[in-house]
Amino acid sequence: MKMLLFGGRVLDPSQNIDRNADLLIEDGVVSAILDSGSFIGDAERIDVSGKIVTPGLLDIHVHLREPGFEYKEDIESGSRAAAAGGFTRVCCMPNTYPAIDTAAVVLQIINRANEVGLCRVHPIGAATRDMQGDQLTEVDELKSAGAVAISDDAFPLQNADTVLRTMEYCAMLGIPLLTHNEDKLLTEKGAMNEGYNATVMGIPGMPRVAEDIAVARNILLAQKTGCRLHLLHISTAGTVELLRRAKADGIPVTGEACPHHWVLTDAACAGYNTDAKMNPPLRTPEDCEAVKQGLKDGTIDCIVTDHAPHAAYEKEVEFDAAPFGILGLETSLPLVYTTLVKPGILTLSQAIAKMTAEPARVLGLAEGIGTLKVGAPADVAVLDLKKEWTIDRNAVQSKSKNTPFHGMRVHGKAEFTIVGGRVIRIK
Amino acid sequence: MRHLISLRETSVADILHILDTATSFKEILARPVKKVPTLRGRAMITLFYENSTRTRTSFEMAAKIMSAEAINIAVAQSSVAKGESLKDTLLTLQSLKADCIVIRHHASGAAQFAADHLGIPIINAGDGRHEHPTQALLDMLTIRQHKGDIRGLTVAIVGDIHHSRVARSNIWGLTKMGANVHLIGPRTLLPNSGEQFPVKVFDNLQQGLEGADVVNVLRLQTERMEKGLLPSNREYSRLFGISVRSLKWAKPDALILHPGPMNRGVEISAEVADGEHGIHSAIEEQVTNGVAVRMAALYLLMGTQGSPTQEG
Repeated sequence: MKMLLFGGRVLDPSQNIDRNADLLIEDGVVSAILDSGSFIGDAERIDVSGKIVTPGLLDIHVHLREPGFEYKEDIESGSRAAAAGGFTRVCCMPNTYPAIDTAAVVLQIINRANEVGLCRVHPIGAATRDMQGDQLTEVDELKSAGAVAISDDAFPLQNADTVLRTMEYCAMLGIPLLTHNEDKLLTEKGAMNEGYNATVMGIPGMPRVAEDIAVARNILLAQKTGCRLHLLHISTAGTVELLRRAKADGIPVTGEACPHHWVLTDAACAGYNTDAKMNPPLRTPEDCEAVKQGLKDGTIDCIVTDHAPHAAYEKEVEFDAAPFGILGLETSLPLVYTTLVKPGILTLSQAIAKMTAEPARVLGLAEGIGTLKVGAPADVAVLDLKKEWTIDRNAVQSKSKNTPFHGMRVHGKAEFTIVGGRVIRIK
Repeated sequence: MRHLISLRETSVADILHILDTATSFKEILARPVKKVPTLRGRAMITLFYENSTRTRTSFEMAAKIMSAEAINIAVAQSSVAKGESLKDTLLTLQSLKADCIVIRHHASGAAQFAADHLGIPIINAGDGRHEHPTQALLDMLTIRQHKGDIRGLTVAIVGDIHHSRVARSNIWGLTKMGANVHLIGPRTLLPNSGEQFPVKVFDNLQQGLEGADVVNVLRLQTERMEKGLLPSNREYSRLFGISVRSLKWAKPDALILHPGPMNRGVEISAEVADGEHGIHSAIEEQVTNGVAVRMAALYLLMGTQGSPTQEG
């Protein structure tokens, strides 16, 4: 069974390929990248003229909400949202109910994702049981079942001793630890970035230093233990600088950023807009600049979404009472293209690398992920970068609608994806 | 003007309109029979999620003088205790055909939330740390009656600015009216990014009181001590208490305001509170002006000329 994507521009940063070429897929794997106009007699031909053909996008930080919170999102709706956004693979965070703290939950998620078949899903295991912050999970069993990393996301470890033990254990088993960096004593009751806008609104603030302190602690513990540390959703200039220095010092640490942390500032919370409430919160223009600079100079390795669906009724409440989190999967590529590539902050190739090969490298995922190398699984995204459109919360695939980007004019959209040689067209 | 949510978002013209209307209503309060038929057939519901005697009673008095129905909902007795959301509670009150909802809530933005979801006028009676516009309006009415024009006056606000909705409403209202505003307090209780407001910020009482025509003393909540923001009442009083001695740093004829209830001997000494030694304390007058300001707000928002049209 052969398939030829012809007429497009193949862009694969993992091989430094960026040229007009045709992609041949055979039996679910990449078979060849051919000069444009090649004729393969027995292949199904798909015209992708004017489109960009890249490795399927990879988001290593999403919340699929299943099991436990299927009213917000489930693996099927989350997979649809991912596919609509050009993603062929996502890693889902463990704050489900029950948490991803046993092999059974890991396997349940993988099996359900395979049944749905729209997007590959790798669970991320919880660092502690029930994400309570004390008893370590059975990390080796989680890993054997298919967990690709360990994380404390949503329930950041506060006790430095727990972080130290978790890192020692993860280092022993060779699995990365993904940390949400927040000193909760400094953010108690906080609901948005501390600063002028929070003061005007009367909303308790979350100071930037609360993130920086946790980052500094986690970096020092990674240096001590040799644990592979990955900093989740970097939002402050201070974190970018700490990561830059840690990398210069040879400490095994990487970092990621979400589009909202460079596109929006805390001014977006005005009017008590709960769709602009997430954690870490939207920060200041200087932080946005620092995040963009970190992406440009390579300090920040990859781009993720922290896709965090919440039901409308949960967000239609007092700002203090609203849950943290916004959608991301369907808006990530257009935001990256519109706000990083078009203004010349990243080249298209750099941007795609940060959504494919780089996150795969960060998590140490298997060879053949985030690449179109011959023999790799045929996971492909076909992107229409000429398409200009308006983000509409009522037109999303996700079950929830909590996006602060509603009404924003953007460029670029995923046309369709291919997962293991199967074409996935949403809608 | 459809709602009264925040003075930051109220125009100078509307502020003046409320103050002028309140001034004319003060005469009614001096009558032996304090009743006018202006709002007959209209219903005000007060929805209070925080304890308050002073503000709720003031609204109730204002409504009754104007012949409006005044219905008070104390949250502990309502379905909120059964877990009802704020949105559902508000929609229920609107469906009961309230003409105006006066809301006090511990969450900043709750009044805005009500305005966003309902088609009837909302008056903010204090939301979290955000604003308490009728308190600032009654402060301004009191200042105007004693000092004439607010423009050019220096008004010192002393105390826990960070947690204070009274301070925020005063900052916006007074600066819009052309006053110079000084914020004074210990650094642990000064607002974050205060330097970005159109005010001067002081952590030294003497410097902050210099040239003050008005000293508005905020109530010090004892829970601030529990949070470790202050070492003790005694130390606060020593550094920031308004006393006969510290008032010498302000202008000799400085007017003293306090939103109440007072902690005598903490943020304000008894002599200052009671206006002894020739001190110009207007604290009791503020309470009366509060009724006049709330009569004005109710009249302008649910009187016939205010035409709330989107009922139900």
